[in-house]
Amino acid sequence: MNSTAQHHDAEGAKLGMWLFLFSELLLFGGLFVLFAVYLQRYPLQFAAGGRELSVAFGTVNTVLLLTSSMTVALALEALRRNRRRLCESLLGFTLLAALLFLVNKGFEWHAKFQHDLYPGSATLQQAPPGRDVFFGLYYLTTGLHGLHVIIGGVLLAWILALVRCDRINGASPTVLENGALYWHLVDIIWIFIFPLYYLLL
Amino acid sequence: MGKVIRMGEFFRRGFLESTGEQPSLFEWIFSTDHKRIGLLYLYSISTFFAIGVTLGLLIRLELIAPGRTIVGPDTYNALFTLHGVVMIFLFIIPGIPAAFGNIMLPLQIGARDVAFPRLNLLSWWLYIIGAIMALSSLAGGGGPPDTGWTFYLPFSGETTTNVSLAVFAVFILGFSSILTGLNFITTIHRLRAPGMTWTRLPLFVWSLYATAWVQVLATPILGITLVLILAERILGLGLFDAARGGDPLMYQHLFWIYSHPAVYIMVLPAMGVISEIIPVFARRPIFGYKAIVASSIGIAAAGSLVWGHHMFVSGMSDTAILVFSLLTFIVAIPSAVKVFNWVATLYGGSIRLDAPMLYALTFLVLFSIGGLSGLVLGSAATDVHVHDTHFVVGHFHYVMFGGTAFAFFGALHYWFPKIFGRMFNEKRAAWAWGIMICGFNLLYFSMLLVGLRGMPRRYYDYLPQFAQLNRLATYGSWVLALGLLFMAVNLLIALRRGKHIGANPWEAATLEWTVDSPPPPENFAVLPTVTHGPYDLEQAGEP
Repeated sequence: MNSTAQHHDAEGAKLGMWLFLFSELLLFGGLFVLFAVYLQRYPLQFAAGGRELSVAFGTVNTVLLLTSSMTVALALEALRRNRRRLCESLLGFTLLAALLFLVNKGFEWHAKFQHDLYPGSATLQQAPPGRDVFFGLYYLTTGLHGLHVIIGGVLLAWILALVRCDRINGASPTVLENGALYWHLVDIIWIFIFPLYYLLL
Repeated sequence: MGKVIRMGEFFRRGFLESTGEQPSLFEWIFSTDHKRIGLLYLYSISTFFAIGVTLGLLIRLELIAPGRTIVGPDTYNALFTLHGVVMIFLFIIPGIPAAFGNIMLPLQIGARDVAFPRLNLLSWWLYIIGAIMALSSLAGGGGPPDTGWTFYLPFSGETTTNVSLAVFAVFILGFSSILTGLNFITTIHRLRAPGMTWTRLPLFVWSLYATAWVQVLATPILGITLVLILAERILGLGLFDAARGGDPLMYQHLFWIYSHPAVYIMVLPAMGVISEIIPVFARRPIFGYKAIVASSIGIAAAGSLVWGHHMFVSGMSDTAILVFSLLTFIVAIPSAVKVFNWVATLYGGSIRLDAPMLYALTFLVLFSIGGLSGLVLGSAATDVHVHDTHFVVGHFHYVMFGGTAFAFFGALHYWFPKIFGRMFNEKRAAWAWGIMICGFNLLYFSMLLVGLRGMPRRYYDYLPQFAQLNRLATYGSWVLALGLLFMAVNLLIALRRGKHIGANPWEAATLEWTVDSPPPPENFAVLPTVTHGPYDLEQAGEP
C-alpha cells in the first residue's frame, strides 16, 4: 500500500516513541499528584508508612533497574557495532534483571501482607487516617510500575528474538532503540518512586 | 467486482474500488489506507451518534411533562449517563479528528499515508472494542450505569450497576485517542511534501496538530483516573474515601484535568474545519493566518489550566476559585481572536451560500452564544446561581452541538464530493440545515432559560412552573431530529445517485482538491511540490 520509505522512517518512529513515553509519564503523573497532595495533608502518617517499607528491598531493586538500564544501552551500542552475540547476552542480562526485580517485588509485597499492611486490613483500619491512603498509593504505584516492568520485559524479549533471527541489526537498530527508550522510562519512574516512598522520613 | 461503467463513461472509484484480493469486508476492516480507516470511523461514529440522539430524544420525551412520562427514575439516570458516554467518548471526541482528520490530513500535507498506518488501524479496532463494551454495559449484570458520564466518586465506587465495564470501555477509548494523536503529530512533523512549510499548512492541519498534543498529554490523566475508579470498586483502596483519609474532591480534580482539555479536543478540529470552509466560500484568503495558528496553540495551552471552573461550588478554596475563574476568562481571548478573524475574512468577500458555508456560518453564531454563556459560568459569582442547572446543559450543547457537531456536518458536506466523487442535492441540504437550526435553538435556548429560572440538571421530576419551557424544548428536539434525518437521507441518496463531479467542485486551493474524487489509493502518483499557501484561491485548480 505504502512506499517502503514511509515504513522505515527511523526519525519518525523515534518521535512516535517519545510521544508515547510522554503519555506514560503523565499516566504516573496523576499518581504523583495524589501523592503530593496527601503527603502535604498527612506528613506524619506518610513518614510512618515510609518507615514500614523495606529500604533493603528498595535499594536492591534500584540497583537492578539501574544496571539493566545500562546493559540495554550497551546492547544497543553493541548492535550498532554489529557485535550480535554481545548484544544478545546484554539483552539477556537486562531480562534477567527485570525478572529478579519482579521476584524481589513479589517477596516485598508478600512480607507486607504478612504484616497485615494492605488496603482495608485490620491494622490499617485502626491506624490514624492517612496511613491507609499511603499504602493504597504504594500498592497502586508500585503495582502499575511492576506492570510496566512486565510490558517492558516482554518487549525486550521480543526484540531479543528479532536480533537472534537477524531481523534487526546494526543497519536498522530503530526497534531496539525504541525498546531501550521504553526500558529507560520504566527505570526513570522507579527513580522517582524509590526516594518518594522508601526514603521518606 | 469489475469496474463500474456508467453512460459509456469510465468512472473512477479511487480508493473505494475493491482490489479483489480479499473478501470485501476484510479489505475494509483490515485496511491500513488512512482514507478507508477514516471512512470506517465516519460510519461507526455516525452510527453511535444516531444511538446518542435516540437516547437524547428519550430524555427529552421523559421531561416533556412533570412526573413520570415514559420511564422510571432509575432508567432516566441510565439514559442520561449513556447519552453522555456515547456522545462524548464515541461521537464528539473522535468525531472530526479520527474521521475527517484521518482522511484529509495526509492529503492536505501531500503525503501518501499517516506515519504509522498499522497503528492507525489498531486505533480504530480499539475504538470499536471500547464502543462495544460501552454499549454492552447497557445490558446484563447490575443494569446500565447511573452515575452520569463524569463517574463521580464516591457514588461510582458504590453503585452496583455496570460502572466497571463502562469505565474500562472509556479507558480503551482513551488509549485509541492517544494513539491517533501520536500518529498525527508524527505525520505532520515527518511527512509534509516538499515546499509544505509550517506556514503553508492548512489551518485544519494546524488545529489537528494542537488537538493531537492535548490528546497525547491530557488523555493519560483520564486513564489513571479510570484506573483509580476501578481500584476503588474492585480493590477497595479507599483513596477517595473520606472515612479513610481520602478526599473525593481529588477525584474531581483528576477527572477535570483531562475532561476540560477534552473540550478542546472536541472543539479545536471543528474550528479548523471552519477555517477551511470560510475562505473557500467567501473567495478570500483567510484573514490573519498566523493569529489563527497562535490562537489554536493558545487555546490548547491555556485550556489545560482551567479545569477548576467545573468545581466552583465543590468547596474548593477561594484562592483556587479566583485563579481558575481568571484563567477561564483568558481562554475566551484566543477563541474570540478566531471569531474575529473569520468575520474579517467574510468582510468584502463574494460569499457563496452552499451547504458547507451555511453550516460554517451557523457555527459562528451558535458557538458565540455558547462561548458567551460560558463566561456566565466562568465567573464564579454567577456560576453559584446557575451551577448544575439546565443553563449548563444548554451552554455545552450550544458549544458542542452548535459548535462541533455543526462543524462536523459542515465538514461532511464540504468533503463529501471529495471522498465519494458525487455531489449531494444542494436544495435538500439547505432545507435540512434550516430545519435543524430551528429545532436546535428551540431546544437549547429553552434549556438556557429554564436553567436561569432554576431548574436543576439531571433531575427526573420538576416543578410545574418549568413545564412550558420543557415542553418547548421537547418539541425542539423533534424538529432537530427531523432535520438530522433529512440530512442523513439526502447524503445517503447522494452516495448512490449523486451527480459525478471533478477534482475541485468548490474551487479550493488546498492539496486534497488536486487529486481525483474519490482520491486514488496512493493519494499522489508523484508527491507534489508546494509553491503557494493553502488559501491562495487564484491558484486553485479547475472544478
